[in-house]
Amino acid sequence: MAATLPKRITKEIERLVKDPVPGIVAQPHEDNLRHFNVQMAGPTQSPFEGGEFRLELFLPEGYPMEPPMVRFLTRIYHPNIDKLGRICLDILKDKWSPALQIRTVLLSIQALLSAPNPDDPLDNGVAQHWKDNEKDAIATATAWTKQYAQPAPQ
Amino acid sequence: MENPGLFTAIHRPGDKSPSQVDFVVRTPADLVRIQRQEAAEICNVFGMSMAHATMMLRTMRWNREKLIERYIDDAERVLRDAGIADIETDAARPTVLPLRHQLCEICFSNEPNVPMYALACDHAFCVECYNEYLSHKIQDEGLSARIQCPGTRCPNVVDEPSVEMLAHPVDYVKFQRLLLRSFVDENQVMKWCPAPGCEYAVECHTPQSALDSTVPTVKCRCGHEFCFGCGYANHQPCICNLTQLWLRKCMDDSETSTWISVNTKECSRCRSIIEKNGGCNHMTCRKCSYEFCWVCMGPWAEHGRTWYHCNRYGEQSSQAARDSQEKSRSSLKRYLHYYNRYANHEQSARLDHQLYLKTEKRMESMQQKSDLSWIEVQFLRDAVDTLVECRMTLKWTYALAFYLEPGNLTTLFEDNQCDLEMATEQLSGLLERPLERKSIPALRQQILDKTAYVASRRQILLDDTAEGLADGRWRFNMSLIN
Repeated sequence: MAATLPKRITKEIERLVKDPVPGIVAQPHEDNLRHFNVQMAGPTQSPFEGGEFRLELFLPEGYPMEPPMVRFLTRIYHPNIDKLGRICLDILKDKWSPALQIRTVLLSIQALLSAPNPDDPLDNGVAQHWKDNEKDAIATATAWTKQYAQPAPQ
Repeated sequence: MENPGLFTAIHRPGDKSPSQVDFVVRTPADLVRIQRQEAAEICNVFGMSMAHATMMLRTMRWNREKLIERYIDDAERVLRDAGIADIETDAARPTVLPLRHQLCEICFSNEPNVPMYALACDHAFCVECYNEYLSHKIQDEGLSARIQCPGTRCPNVVDEPSVEMLAHPVDYVKFQRLLLRSFVDENQVMKWCPAPGCEYAVECHTPQSALDSTVPTVKCRCGHEFCFGCGYANHQPCICNLTQLWLRKCMDDSETSTWISVNTKECSRCRSIIEKNGGCNHMTCRKCSYEFCWVCMGPWAEHGRTWYHCNRYGEQSSQAARDSQEKSRSSLKRYLHYYNRYANHEQSARLDHQLYLKTEKRMESMQQKSDLSWIEVQFLRDAVDTLVECRMTLKWTYALAFYLEPGNLTTLFEDNQCDLEMATEQLSGLLERPLERKSIPALRQQILDKTAYVASRRQILLDDTAEGLADGRWRFNMSLIN
């Protein structure tokens, strides 16, 4: 069995349930409370609007001294997210601070969807597309959102 | 005034020779003292705390003049770069915050009466979390000078007194070690001695830009001799650039393949690589028993009546092929000439350890067989020391010679080299001589004389090369890429 969960993680889960972030649902697995299933709504006025993106988030042993691991499970056309769903975001790497939380991390990812940064790319092809012809790249991202990120019918 | 005895300069007897550079060996205690002195200077100028002065010096890579200039120019920017939130706070005496009811954003605990700490930026966390945070940064990430406040995107740096107060003693010890390491690593005029387990640093003021005209060889107090320019073991008289080129060339497999392509051919049936080391042109492959002509590589049976005189030999195409082969063979021969001699000395150097053990035994037996005392047989050890030094110098003269343009100077250099080589081998021979009671005093005199001679030959060669480098006298057969 896994070691007992630190108080901090328990509290975070409690708060996520009690006071959820608008547009984001984060639910821990029943058998592993460090592993979360995340649903994120594409931000409005972005090519991802109307999409429902699935992510997974894992809190490593060193959390909160070490950052959580997050990746997209839904395909997404974004210069800072590669085709394996890995995310290039500074707070998930060297700019991590233990004062950040699951909530703030997910909010930052949502903000990244609203404001892609092609100058610090993870996927060079997508980033180049974004720089050369932003309009066309946005059209592709919108098409991908329609194709891959449709909310599952309830 | 500091005790000048702490500056433990390696004393150079009299005037230094052209092949030597000035340097000082620094102990960890010296390094700490130097850092303090530098910081104290800044404190005197600007009247701030030692911790803050040290933090600012670090961002300027310990360049005091640059820091003073920048600070006068734009103090705010310097403070920001150094991660100092408030210069007015007294960083020397950090204190735990008065107890207050506040949430710690790391452990999410908001129990009353938990001791908390904040830098001047006022991001407060409980002392226990701070301790864990510092431990993670120091032990797992190996950070020291740039540990930032745990607050989100807070650029302020946790200063040394705070670390001392908050971190576990084990973490603080490592923190200090890391700080010391970064002090030397960031400092242009300092280098750690690369010998395993050695904790000394060497200070030398030969700039990187002078490496084409000098070989700054330094000797650590642990006995290890190395080049201050590149950190490689002593490679006098060969300059750093050529040393790197030579080492790369020797390591590079391409030389092996050149050798193979020049000296061997493939069996036209089974593709085995064959080196012809004598005999006639009638070849029989050992592996597949294929019989062929070494000259035209065709099957032997077809040669009919012209056996032992391949009639294709005179054709123009084969003439051209032979010419090009001749060319590449001669450049290879040249390389191998230098490489073999270089490798020879390197091989001998690898056996140093055994030689010393053997000498130890000879010194004992010499004492038994003659009436020489322990002190009087020490000359053998000195002779071996000199022998080892000479071999190392000789080794690198071959690397250097490989890159020298032919000319009068090169001839002189090679004469010097030849002289040293010969004398070194003679000394080596003397050291191997069997010990006979009668001849020991004569042998001792011979060895003493020879040792003095080779040592002086070596110095002459090193000095001459160093002077040549300083005057730009040497012509290399390739451009020095910086």
